[in-house]
Amino acid sequence: MNAIKQKDLILYSGLIILGLVAPFLFSAFKVQLTYLCVLIVLAMTWNLQGGEMGYNSFGNILFYGLGMYLTASVQVGMFFPLAEWTESGGEKTFVHTTAQYFQGIGVGLLVAAIVPTIVAGAIGYAILGLRGHYFAICTLGLGIAAGEIAGGIEIIGAGQGFTTPPFPAEIVDPEARGQFFYFLSFLVLVLAFVFVKYIYGSRFRLILNAIRDNEDKAEAMGIQTMKYKIVGWMCSAFFCGLAGGIMGGLIGYIDSTDVAFDGREMGVFMVLMAILGGKGTLWGPVIGATLFHFFKEGLWTFILGWQYVALGVLIVVIVVYFPEGLMGWLREKYPDRFGEVIDEKDRKAQVEIK
Amino acid sequence: MDLLIFQAPILMVQASLDGILLGILFALIAYGMALQWGVMNIINIAQGDLVILGGYIAYTMYLVGIHPAWGVIVSPIIMYFVGWALYKLVINKVVDRDLFISILATFGIAIVFQQLMNFVFGADVVVAQSEYGTTMLFDNSVTLPNSKIFAAFISVIYAIGLVIYMRRSRLGRAIRATAQNARAAKILGVDTEKVYAATFGINAALCGVAGALISITLTLHPYVGLPYTVRSFMIVIVAGLGNLPAVALSGMGLGLFEEFADYILGTEFRIGAVFMLLVFILVYRRFKLSKKREYLK
Repeated sequence: MNAIKQKDLILYSGLIILGLVAPFLFSAFKVQLTYLCVLIVLAMTWNLQGGEMGYNSFGNILFYGLGMYLTASVQVGMFFPLAEWTESGGEKTFVHTTAQYFQGIGVGLLVAAIVPTIVAGAIGYAILGLRGHYFAICTLGLGIAAGEIAGGIEIIGAGQGFTTPPFPAEIVDPEARGQFFYFLSFLVLVLAFVFVKYIYGSRFRLILNAIRDNEDKAEAMGIQTMKYKIVGWMCSAFFCGLAGGIMGGLIGYIDSTDVAFDGREMGVFMVLMAILGGKGTLWGPVIGATLFHFFKEGLWTFILGWQYVALGVLIVVIVVYFPEGLMGWLREKYPDRFGEVIDEKDRKAQVEIK
Repeated sequence: MDLLIFQAPILMVQASLDGILLGILFALIAYGMALQWGVMNIINIAQGDLVILGGYIAYTMYLVGIHPAWGVIVSPIIMYFVGWALYKLVINKVVDRDLFISILATFGIAIVFQQLMNFVFGADVVVAQSEYGTTMLFDNSVTLPNSKIFAAFISVIYAIGLVIYMRRSRLGRAIRATAQNARAAKILGVDTEKVYAATFGINAALCGVAGALISITLTLHPYVGLPYTVRSFMIVIVAGLGNLPAVALSGMGLGLFEEFADYILGTEFRIGAVFMLLVFILVYRRFKLSKKREYLK
């Protein structure tokens, strides 16, 4: 037992060191690395309720976009009138000082994490009462409706988009911006991983799995399924909001349907990455997101113009031929390598029942 | 807001007529969705994109110089084979699987379709001119494009024709048998694989008709498919599978809702209102069913 833990310790510290030195080693790819961190966070937290709880949501993009708009709005609104900012568009009539910028983004990210969580809790009771594909379609509708509605609201830029505050000009180091966002996203990634890892060892995960496997039975066993479903969704929403906030700052420009509530890209990506890696595993989404990101970046530049066709074909191929994902495939092939004690017992018990 | 409705009766008549005529068109798409949902247990997210593709077929005819109204005959024939090919390529692998798999797979198909249409037909909003003119009602205060009346008329003809076909023909009976119990139908000698392919083809053909009608009444754009999917999904969950009068009625209801949302909230919120209505309908049904301790299945 101790040996495994030591192995884990080496693995984790190795990964953290790699994460810390990566922006200096591959300094040209800082933005890509930031994307990667955000994608992993999104995949991991989608997996929490899509893979573990069995509630396949297309609508987590709602929290992502909400976080994005909230961070930018708070960052601007704390110091300047928001309406005038969006009206002036690209022409910068207001300039954030360095202190203002960091204060703004700090508070903004805090708001971006808390408000989507509250929203998830508030709508959770109504939405999570739907099951299976009704839940999937309803959340799909929510995500798209949010984009369409945000595109009609004047104060956040409507259809023209919203320019987020630029990185303070007083910091002359050209590397600073990329490093700031990278370490921010890396911090969120570490937080998310620790949190998900903690959940994987807790009773909460077992309850989520019970809901996935048979919700009626779980309810009959005395589990207040609705409560746990809402909490599960709120966990997802928290990190989605944070990820959205970071992405908003990184991209520097928020469009209602193409950047924030981007169901066609980000909203599908998070589902796809989790499925590619393997739903319902700790490492699956991480590996899936990493693979997907490399694949996407390679593909996007080589087949410029055809990327969405490739994406669509990729979705079909993954979903039709690899619905279990990479980890699921590995697990089937080398079951003894996945020596989680509980799983093993479970599997044996299942075999006996059969 | 209320003032607008009561002080502008002309607007109200206009919106109601538009809504009802549009709703019949939506009902036709929804009928196709109900058919393949009922028979194959698949929710086809690409439904709307099949509609748009059907529309582009009619639009191509218009560009070549043939009157786009002939699209209501040509487009379903082409779309039948598109649907059939789609079934053979992808859908037959997801028929017996989890519904979520079929949703995601058809979502992927939808993205491919959108992008290919974008390549072939460009990202501009296009419309095929039918040059049917307009009918003026009530002292020229209500204008009604004849193409809309034509669209509703054709939709009704196709719907009735399909109902008769499903009742009378051998294939229709095989489809209905498969919908009731696929296994039993198989035992009794129905080639279910063929039935599924035909069902998906018929659904695509209906989408083709609807698309051709949309190309002359509304506008076409590669990326507007998803709202049509959502509309037909909504109509189906309100009306239930295989209840044609209810499908027609809820289609008209949706058309009315949309036109009024358009007038009252503004055009920029039209699509948003459609999607919000979907959420509200689902949540309403969920609360209603939860009183009986049931849920939407």
